[in-house]
Amino acid sequence: MSMKIEDKLFLDRFKVADESHLRIIDGEKCMAECPDQPCLYLCPANVYRREGDRISVNYEGCLECGSCRIGCPHLNVEWRFPRGGFGISHKFG
Amino acid sequence: MKEAFDVAIVGAGPAGISAACVLADAGIKTIVLERGEYPGAKNVSGGVLYGHDLARIIPDYVERNCPIERNIVESRIWYLSRDAGYSLGYRDSIFATDRKHNAFTVSRAKFDRWYAEQARQKGALVVPGTVVVDLLRSERGDVTGVLTGREDGEVRAKVTLLADGINSPLAALTGFRSEPKPEEVALAVKEVIELPAEVIEQRFGVSSGDGVTTEVLGAIAGGMDSVGIIYTNRSSISLGLGANLADFADYKLKPYELLEAFKEHPMVAPLIADGRPLEYVAHWLTEGGYDAIPELYGDGYLIAGDSAMLFNGLHREGNNLAMASGKMAAETIIEALSRNDVSRTGLAGYGKKLADSYILKDLKKYRKLGGFFYHHKELFDQLPRLATSAGREMITVNGVSKKEKQKIISRNFRRGMPVLKLLRLLWQGWRAVK
Repeated sequence: MSMKIEDKLFLDRFKVADESHLRIIDGEKCMAECPDQPCLYLCPANVYRREGDRISVNYEGCLECGSCRIGCPHLNVEWRFPRGGFGISHKFG
Repeated sequence: MKEAFDVAIVGAGPAGISAACVLADAGIKTIVLERGEYPGAKNVSGGVLYGHDLARIIPDYVERNCPIERNIVESRIWYLSRDAGYSLGYRDSIFATDRKHNAFTVSRAKFDRWYAEQARQKGALVVPGTVVVDLLRSERGDVTGVLTGREDGEVRAKVTLLADGINSPLAALTGFRSEPKPEEVALAVKEVIELPAEVIEQRFGVSSGDGVTTEVLGAIAGGMDSVGIIYTNRSSISLGLGANLADFADYKLKPYELLEAFKEHPMVAPLIADGRPLEYVAHWLTEGGYDAIPELYGDGYLIAGDSAMLFNGLHREGNNLAMASGKMAAETIIEALSRNDVSRTGLAGYGKKLADSYILKDLKKYRKLGGFFYHHKELFDQLPRLATSAGREMITVNGVSKKEKQKIISRNFRRGMPVLKLLRLLWQGWRAVK
């Protein structure tokens, strides 16, 4: 029985900050100039999801790998570290 | 934090903590800033550590209760097609006796915490929960400390050591290292799967406390340039899969779905059967090799470990390069502070130390390897398929003569991969590792 990404993320310990550390700089660009939308594939936490005519950013489950920042062909993702002590805390690592 | 330090270290991983230990031992006032809730909270590795480099920092690490998961006595390499595979292993009793702890597995969340505690006991100040958001610079541009995300967040220091890992927005912001291109990193995902210690020992055929590492190559990630790992911990197995980040975008495959498919491979599934997943993490590995290494020092700063892109993918050595480079950085800082010259010239000894060590020698040796894998996708698709169909044919007893079987295999190979292409692959592969 294949395990879903939601269930994988449920294993992890997150201290979720109120404010997102990820932001799509120009949402229009994703729809108008980015037919492939690789963020939908390469994010290991399924943070980026297509919702109608926009891409939603579900930062709460971010594993903080940085892939969206450099993998976005338009460098359209503003990426900061979550505030100190927030985000994922590995139990095992 | 208005206090001034001799040295500010960004990141409490193996590079930063190794440096902090050496500096604190020399009585140098050192602060380590860690963004995680505790050291190790953000850190990931396959989980193999090497005793040699750790002993050079903490000689009595065993007596000090270093949290070792399993002592590695056997290293395996697998080459898999989608439903079959070859296995090659090397086991040596010397790794259970005279050379015990040559390699051992650790949980980074436990190890890094223990390691940071050693630095604390030596006198370094380790401050978790603190993100470094910028570097402080003098008018001349020398680095004079760091700016943290805390209120009054300036931390002044004579020297700053950047040991903040491979994913560093700080690097991009300050320009001390350019952002990696997607093809210069591999994205790896890893699951830790709980199993009773005795079950692990049975499945891997090892005694209590001993363990096995397995590196997996071949068609395990939909034809992408990829590698898998299966490492034994005390009462869990680390199962990971990494592939070139550019490939994820090109192949439109999702890391977590590939990990699930890997878990179902007939050679993998029995090892983790009935295991309970404990954690799922993701991290980059550098694929850029020697040519991706940035300027390693400048006026008032040095870079060590993953942050300096020091990683030997072929030998899965990263933690030891981080420890060794952290130590060299610290030794250079000690010399520079005693001469009162922390300029680029004063810190130049670091470059020489790295160049004279196994670190840069090894990375130089394999400088073409990353590109070789990336540009030869047949290694991850056609070749494993052909190789396992050959194995299948030779092992099957069905009344067909061996001579005839050889003909069938050779015909399949010629059809699947022209001889010239195969020869070129072998030649370029040899050139990439010689």
